[in-house]
Amino acid sequence: MKSLAELQAIRDRAKANVALRKENPNAARVLVGMATCGIAAGARPVLNAFTEEIAKRGLQDDIVVTQTGCIGICQYEPVVEVEIPGQEKVTYVKVTPEKVPKIVNDHLVNKNVVTEYTIGSIAD
Amino acid sequence: MRELSLNVMDVAQNSVRAEASLVEILVEESDKNDFLTITIRDNGCGMSEEQVQQVIDPFFTTRTTRKVGLGVPLFKMSAEQTGGSFDIQSELGRGTQTKASYVKSHVDMTPLGDINSTVSILIRCNPDIDFVFTRTTDNGTFTLDTRELRAVLEGVSLDTPDVVEWIEEFLKEQTENICGGAEL
Repeated sequence: MKSLAELQAIRDRAKANVALRKENPNAARVLVGMATCGIAAGARPVLNAFTEEIAKRGLQDDIVVTQTGCIGICQYEPVVEVEIPGQEKVTYVKVTPEKVPKIVNDHLVNKNVVTEYTIGSIAD
Repeated sequence: MRELSLNVMDVAQNSVRAEASLVEILVEESDKNDFLTITIRDNGCGMSEEQVQQVIDPFFTTRTTRKVGLGVPLFKMSAEQTGGSFDIQSELGRGTQTKASYVKSHVDMTPLGDINSTVSILIRCNPDIDFVFTRTTDNGTFTLDTRELRAVLEGVSLDTPDVVEWIEEFLKEQTENICGGAEL
């Protein structure tokens, strides 16, 4: 059973690490579109896939995954924007959980944009 | 929407945008009495009576990125297509309550789906807002109240990975308790 005592232990551990994990100003941001259009198109499993892949690689302090609203290209949902400080924002479209490890590995880790998943390569 | 939990996520987002500091999500269901109701209540900025009428209209939205707003109409449709009902009450400056009632056995009933995933994403992505999630079945009830977690956490954020994991495990255990392992 999950107990509040367990949560206290988590708190104490987190506090001990607090100096290490304070707001990283250079953190990359992954914004998953989660308005009606994004959710209906399957954004939730995509967000979960990003969180899992990033946790698996221990990158939680370097990459923030968060949700955003509708940016007006509903026909291309699920839409994911990747922002790395100092670089141009990249918009991935029709993202599926299967595409997530490649985006994390190639773009977020190795800084190579996955061009074939971006809006530029899909829009006609 | 393939799952009602996705409608919940969508409509709860409206509460977030309404700058609520507290969002309550209630899912009550009974096989015996053949109903499921979903209530989403917030203390956000609320709406005028006129706006309440407008949000039911798919061609109304407060957003400027596009011209339609389907969140509330889809939620309403999901309830009404089962012979259930839908209701929004709102007061400017006080908040909004949205309630959808379903006839569970109806052929057009959408499955509730992964409501725990909805709750944990909402908490993880909005760590400064408090959420109270209550789920009731014929077998019992449980509540997750982030205000209680916050009291224990003493400033450690709710989106800390270990805390998120604790929340997910808690929801899973509690759900198994009252759903007899059958989550969906």
